[in-house]
Amino acid sequence: MKNRLKVLRAERDWTQAQLAQALGVSRQTVNAIEKGKFDPSLPLAFKAARLFKLKIEEIFQDE
Amino acid sequence: MSKTLPKDENKHTQKNNSWECKNKSNTLTLARWTAAWLITLALATFSPQFSWGESKILTLLAILLNLLVGIGMIIANKNHLKNLDELQQKIMFEAMAITLGVGLVTGLSYSLLDITNIIPFDAEISNMYFIMGFTYIISIAVIKRRYQ
Repeated sequence: MKNRLKVLRAERDWTQAQLAQALGVSRQTVNAIEKGKFDPSLPLAFKAARLFKLKIEEIFQDE
Repeated sequence: MSKTLPKDENKHTQKNNSWECKNKSNTLTLARWTAAWLITLALATFSPQFSWGESKILTLLAILLNLLVGIGMIIANKNHLKNLDELQQKIMFEAMAITLGVGLVTGLSYSLLDITNIIPFDAEISNMYFIMGFTYIISIAVIKRRYQ
C-alpha cells in the first residue's frame, strides 16, 4: 500500500518522533509505514486521517 | 507551516506521551517481576543445599513462592505486550511463533537423542531455555531489521 505520510508530515514540518507521538506509536512504526514496509491497521489509518484532517484514501492508496 | 503541533494534535501528543510513559513503566515492571522470579528460582534451587537443608516444608514454600512470582511475571509480560504499538506487537508475535516452533521441534529431537541413547548424557531442560531465549533474541533482531 502506498501512502503520503512522509509528504504530509514534511508539509507540516513535523519530525517522525512528533508524528509518532501524535499517533500513539513508536518512531520506528512511523518510519516503517512511510517506507511502505508496514501497513497500518484501520484504527491507526483513521487516526492519521483525523490528525491530518483528510480522508483515509487521501493518505493511503492501494497499489 | 508551524513546526509545533496544533492544539488538537497536542491533545493527541499529551495522550501519547502518557502512552510512552506507560510503555516505559510496563517495561520496568516486567524487568522487576523477571528479576524477582529469578531470585525466587535461585532461592528454591540452591537454598535446600546451602541454607535450610532437608526441610521439605521450606522447600515447598520456596517453590510455591517461585510459582506465584512466575504468575506475576506472566501477567506483567501480558500487560507489556498489550501496550506495545501494532508493529511492535507484530514483531513480538512473529518472534514468539518462531521461538515456539524451534522450542517444540528441537525439544522433541533433543529428547529423542536422549531416549535413543545417542547422546551420552541426560537431556537437560535448561538447554532448551537457552535455545529458546537465544532464538527469541535473534528473531526479534532479524524481524526488526526487516521493518527498518
